[in-house]
Amino acid sequence: MTLKQVVNNVAEMPASKKAVVDIKKLSLTFQTADGPVYALSDVDLTIEEGDFVSFIGPSGCGKTTLLRVIADLEQATGGDISINGVSPHEAREQRAYGYVFQAPALLPWRSIERNVTLPLEIMEISKEERIKRAQEALKLVELNGFEKKFPWQLSGGMQQRASIARALSFDADLLLMDEPFGALDEIVRDHLNEQLLKLWARTNKTVAFVTHSIPEAVYLSTKIVVMSPRPGRIIDVIETDFPKDRTLDIRETPEFLEIAHRVREGLRAGHSNDD
Amino acid sequence: MTMKLDKFCLVAAIAALLALIFPLSGIDGDTGKQVAFVGDIPGLAIAMALCVIAGAAFTWLGVRSVKAGIVILAVAVFGCWQAVSVLYDHGVAGYAGLGFWLFILSLWAFVWRGIDVIANFHSLDRGKQHLANVIVPVAFGVWLLFVWEVVVSGFGVPQVLLPPPSMIGERFVNSTDILASDFHQTFVKAVLSGYVMGCGSAFIVAIAVDRVPFLKRGLLPLGNMVSALPIIGVAPIMVMWFGFDWQSKAAVIVIMTFFPMLVNTVTGLNAAGKLEKDLMATYASGYWSTLFRLRLPAAMPFVFNALKINSTLALIGAIVAEFFGTPIVGMGFRISTEVGRMNIDMVWAEIALAALAGTAFYGAVAYIERKATSWHPSFRVRRH
Ligand SMILES: Nc1ncnc2c1ncn2[C@@H]1O[C@H](COP(=O)(O)OP(=O)(O)OP(=O)(O)O)[C@@H](O)[C@H]1O
Ligand SMILES: [Mg+2]
Repeated sequence: MTLKQVVNNVAEMPASKKAVVDIKKLSLTFQTADGPVYALSDVDLTIEEGDFVSFIGPSGCGKTTLLRVIADLEQATGGDISINGVSPHEAREQRAYGYVFQAPALLPWRSIERNVTLPLEIMEISKEERIKRAQEALKLVELNGFEKKFPWQLSGGMQQRASIARALSFDADLLLMDEPFGALDEIVRDHLNEQLLKLWARTNKTVAFVTHSIPEAVYLSTKIVVMSPRPGRIIDVIETDFPKDRTLDIRETPEFLEIAHRVREGLRAGHSNDD
Repeated sequence: MTMKLDKFCLVAAIAALLALIFPLSGIDGDTGKQVAFVGDIPGLAIAMALCVIAGAAFTWLGVRSVKAGIVILAVAVFGCWQAVSVLYDHGVAGYAGLGFWLFILSLWAFVWRGIDVIANFHSLDRGKQHLANVIVPVAFGVWLLFVWEVVVSGFGVPQVLLPPPSMIGERFVNSTDILASDFHQTFVKAVLSGYVMGCGSAFIVAIAVDRVPFLKRGLLPLGNMVSALPIIGVAPIMVMWFGFDWQSKAAVIVIMTFFPMLVNTVTGLNAAGKLEKDLMATYASGYWSTLFRLRLPAAMPFVFNALKINSTLALIGAIVAEFFGTPIVGMGFRISTEVGRMNIDMVWAEIALAALAGTAFYGAVAYIERKATSWHPSFRVRRH
């Protein structure tokens, strides 16, 4: 079985789509006291405008690291990467993306509302506008009514939703989400998946989304990137063609199950490489 | 049914009963007679009898409610009043006998039990809880003063060694003019200005140091050395440099408070987590924006820690520094001169003033801390 599939066939691409993230031969090695850790090796990936790309793979395969490289929080040690045609650093300076971390990272001295308005404050947006946008973002994650609470008064899942609202508040075109729904129960997770899909379908945002859940990846994505550890690399890229306004019902279709099966096979192959 | 006897009340009852039997006072050397008898003092006799009755009753009933606690505290308060009156109105001061001390033991058991009940009081009513939280330390403090008074008078301790609190209180009330001017000189002028200058400059220097890595490495060990300097050595030099008035005291305080503040602020500025810093980076937040929105708020618990430490250091520094030269006013000056004149009660009045001022100062800083860092895990209460 050939695992590496060249899906990004340039000829197939509609000419109008522009690459938001373009990664070529990217590698990243952490120098640690116990010797080098090859977190990413030889990664090639293009994320186009309006794509919803999921990253799935076993723990430690470099999903977070890849997202952090895109966000300019980590520097690649080899290869090329450009965001909207410029370097990640410039893209960060232009506030090109909203990042949802694996942990909520809310500031404990700020109320939920003021946590959500934090990026807007830094971007020097007027106060009325800040409040208005915070209201909208909190409504999207169903936290309206909790504006004046402090982070420690909210459950872990609610905190994570607040951090999503914060990333949505300044309306960046690119969303980088690192296991945003990892801490939530199944029902809330389904619901937020739907909300996220709606938002994406409505706004034509580009989303890079890390998850451990196969159904979640298949349900949400236009493109699923399967990764494998030691060294962290991409072993399969699977494109789906569900409509943008898909509903949770598609999870019962044969097409869905087939893609899910292929993702599982990829993950399994990645694991068996270890032995 | 097995009843658990209340041991404290049992002790109180037995001690009060024995107090009625044993002699109240010692023998006067001149007359060869006992100074006073319980039988001649109805108030005291009633108080002792009350202690026996209440002690016996609560031994069986147990002190289970705050009401019961208040009842035994009321009995104890009446007893304390009678004990003091016996000392001063019936000449037992200096001649207290076994009966008297047994009575004090009985009161001690009651007070202990009463305070214990109120200290364990928990209520969702914030007002009541707050009142209970205030009563406990106040009652305990008053009891300690009473014991001090009774022991010093009862044994006739010479006033030069330790005056009773009543005498200190009397001196305090009669010397408010002197105390006020001393307070103004030492606290308002020297302590406050030195504290503000020392803490303020250290805070600003800390922010500067934080930007220069080699200063951070070089200055902190130096800081530890300077803060280990004995003020006894520094104070006379400061007096030579800045003169006799408050300025030299403020200078000593600046030296004492500078480094605790510097070290704590520098540590605090590094308290913000990596994740939060990354978060600010994703918003392309600049140095000052990150400083004010993330690093300074995260540093506040450390800054307040230093402010609290420094509030006590500053007062000590000012008082000690005044031993080395001062205009003829100030708390340290008064202590050093009144000791020379054997006016020990005045010395104690100044000590009491220093204790009050220090506690109030510390309390004020702690109060502001509570308001400013209420988000910190050590303060917050989960309430929806
Ligand atoms: N700052 C760092 N220093 C050294 N090694 C690191 C660092 N950050 C990550 N690594 C290593 O890089 C590898 C990839 O880590 P990464 O956090 O990207 O994994 P992940 O795919 O996000 O895993 P998970 O699903 O558990 O979140 C791991 O082996 C990890 O130990
Ligand atoms: Mg991760």
